Amino acid sequence: MTTKIKLEHVSKIFGPKPKSVIPMIKQGMSKDEILAETDHTVGVYDASLDIKQGEVFVIMGLSGSGKSTLIRCFNLLNKPTDGSIYIDDEDIVKYNSSQLKKVRQEKIAMVFQHFGLFSHRTILSNVEYGLEIRNVPKEERREIAMKNIEIVGLKGYEDKYPDELSGGMQQRVGLARALANDPDILLMDEPFSALDPLIRREMQLELLDIQERLQKTIVFITHDVNEAFKIGDRVAVMKDGQVVQVGTPEEIIESPANDYISEFIKDIDRSKVFQAENVMIKPNALVSLKDGLNVAIKEMEENGISSVFVVDRQRHLQGIVTIDDAIKGKKEKKSLEDVLSTDVTVVQKDEYVNDLIPKALESKYPLAVINEEEKVIGFILRVHVLAGLAANDVNESDEYHA
Amino acid sequence: MGAFPDISTSIGDYVDSFVSFIDTTFEGFFDFIYLVASRTINGIDDFLMFLPWWLFIVLIFLLGWYFKTVVAGVLYSVFIFLIGTFGLWEDMMTTIAIILTAVIICLIIGIPIGVWMAFSSRFSLVTRPILDAMQTMPSFVYLIPAIFFFGLGNVSAIFATLIYALPPVIRLTELAIREVDQEVIESAQSFGSSRWQMLRKIQLPQALPTIMAGVNQTTMMALAMVVIASMVGASGLGEQVLVSINRIDIALGFEAGISIVFLAVIIDRITNGVANKFQKHRGVS
Ligand SMILES: Nc1ncnc2c1ncn2[C@@H]1O[C@H](COP(=O)(O)OP(=O)(O)OP(=O)(O)O)[C@@H](O)[C@H]1O
Ligand SMILES: [Mg+2]
Repeated sequence: MTTKIKLEHVSKIFGPKPKSVIPMIKQGMSKDEILAETDHTVGVYDASLDIKQGEVFVIMGLSGSGKSTLIRCFNLLNKPTDGSIYIDDEDIVKYNSSQLKKVRQEKIAMVFQHFGLFSHRTILSNVEYGLEIRNVPKEERREIAMKNIEIVGLKGYEDKYPDELSGGMQQRVGLARALANDPDILLMDEPFSALDPLIRREMQLELLDIQERLQKTIVFITHDVNEAFKIGDRVAVMKDGQVVQVGTPEEIIESPANDYISEFIKDIDRSKVFQAENVMIKPNALVSLKDGLNVAIKEMEENGISSVFVVDRQRHLQGIVTIDDAIKGKKEKKSLEDVLSTDVTVVQKDEYVNDLIPKALESKYPLAVINEEEKVIGFILRVHVLAGLAANDVNESDEYHA
Repeated sequence: MGAFPDISTSIGDYVDSFVSFIDTTFEGFFDFIYLVASRTINGIDDFLMFLPWWLFIVLIFLLGWYFKTVVAGVLYSVFIFLIGTFGLWEDMMTTIAIILTAVIICLIIGIPIGVWMAFSSRFSLVTRPILDAMQTMPSFVYLIPAIFFFGLGNVSAIFATLIYALPPVIRLTELAIREVDQEVIESAQSFGSSRWQMLRKIQLPQALPTIMAGVNQTTMMALAMVVIASMVGASGLGEQVLVSINRIDIALGFEAGISIVFLAVIIDRITNGVANKFQKHRGVS
């Protein structure tokens, strides 16, 4: 994947002489010390990020950690005090005002926490706004606006005014307005924070859905860890103006960079972050149908396990055989096929642990995990599901298996 | 022995020579202003007088109905009808013409100044005390330079009215533009609006309800100047009040006075109604 946005050592200081503060930070003075001594606020300090084309990149952190300050640098609503911001390999910090206007009109659009809608305009002309200021002909911009109003599910509301819509609907307008410009990059500063939890969840799913269809690069800000891990391909955690860790949700949960982050993710609902792939065990032994009962028994005895998956040559699952059935079958001179049990629950590798819980409880055999090609890649015991919920490293559960 | 020592600085003299200087230097300019202003007043006056009286009453009713209620519409047309029965129809039209002209000029001058003040804190800082002075100076004082520049007549009245009535529209325009929700401004910015697009498509429309409140105040102040301005020869209802004072004519004084009150009520309610209409949908950001 190509890099879409690259931040290099971006700092943003608020105050009368922001540049003068940079050396002090380099000497290691803290944000509070600088505020006390120079009356300058460190909004963001030395942020370097690499955001890929088409990813949902989430920035999270507590209130005041500098998230908004940072995201507002991406379209230069805040001009960085120091550092460079490359979009498609061009440093936008160096842009003059007409170049900047062009990038804002064509490449980046923003969705705001309190929607930032134009209350004197109808929904339609709100959504048209970005096109209007680019002098897109009336007919054309109407058509584009209507299409985007439909995408966010507000068809029929185009002649209403923002104050006639609920909060959730207003934010859909904000989203439609941003999408109407067909930007490569979508900046979203806590877009769902002002919404009820129920509406919020709905909007999150819808965003992911839209993302799947349109493949934008999305920079999304939230202070809600669950939201961050739910929608983020990668997550950056900020503290006191600094980016303290960047990684996939799983990476951050499995190895938080410091106590601040551990504290942050303490309340995370792990079952909604971890997927089957993260908690499964790679099988030491798989038995092929044509191997026969003897091989199956030998495999189980050697590996000290009580059952083994049976697959065909493409590793597609055929069933499972337990050690008891196998020994009994051998005495009765039966074949492997005869004692095979096909009553195995199969799960996709990207199913969330949350969804695995009931399946694991119902199934009397281990769950079989398959990949996109339906090849068996692992198995999950009940205990693995539980381990996935607990804070400890899942691999500790190895010893329980058998 | 509390008398102030005999030191005389006569700032008045300087102001006097300054005013004469301006008058002679910018004579052409003042002539131009005079021409534009008097043409505007006469044009509006002629138009209003050209309207059949009943049509004017119907128009007032419709305005009252549209911006307020049916009852208000009826009430306002009754007021206008009463003014007619006092024999003050023509005077009323002249007064309306003067006020309209003054208000239009106020808006043309005041809104850009207000916008500029909103954009430049420094300009705002120097302008504000001037506005304060304009509003607190006894309004009679404005009559003197008015006569000086424009002689006796309606144009002087407009000039004096302007100075007195200009501050509210400037102040409220500045306030209104500054008050526009920051996130709304930023969202317009994030789409790459130019400064002019921002002003025209976002800031002014968002500010309109508050600016309209300024227009309402300005209009009311212009009306309040009607009697005072008649001292420099403005015709209309104010002139009738002045005449009645000279003659100690209580009947005429009351009729002209109550006519001004009627006009005040109608103009206030209607401009207020306009402001409220604009307010709709603009409360939420
Ligand atoms: N325009 C400004 N002038 C001065 N200081 C500012 C300005 N904007 C932000 N700050 C300061 O920068 C710091 C970071 O603020 P920022 O708004 O980026 O935090 P945040 O992470 O977005 O918080 P929240 O979750 O509350 O939105 C804060 O200390 C804030 O006071
Ligand atoms: Mg913020």
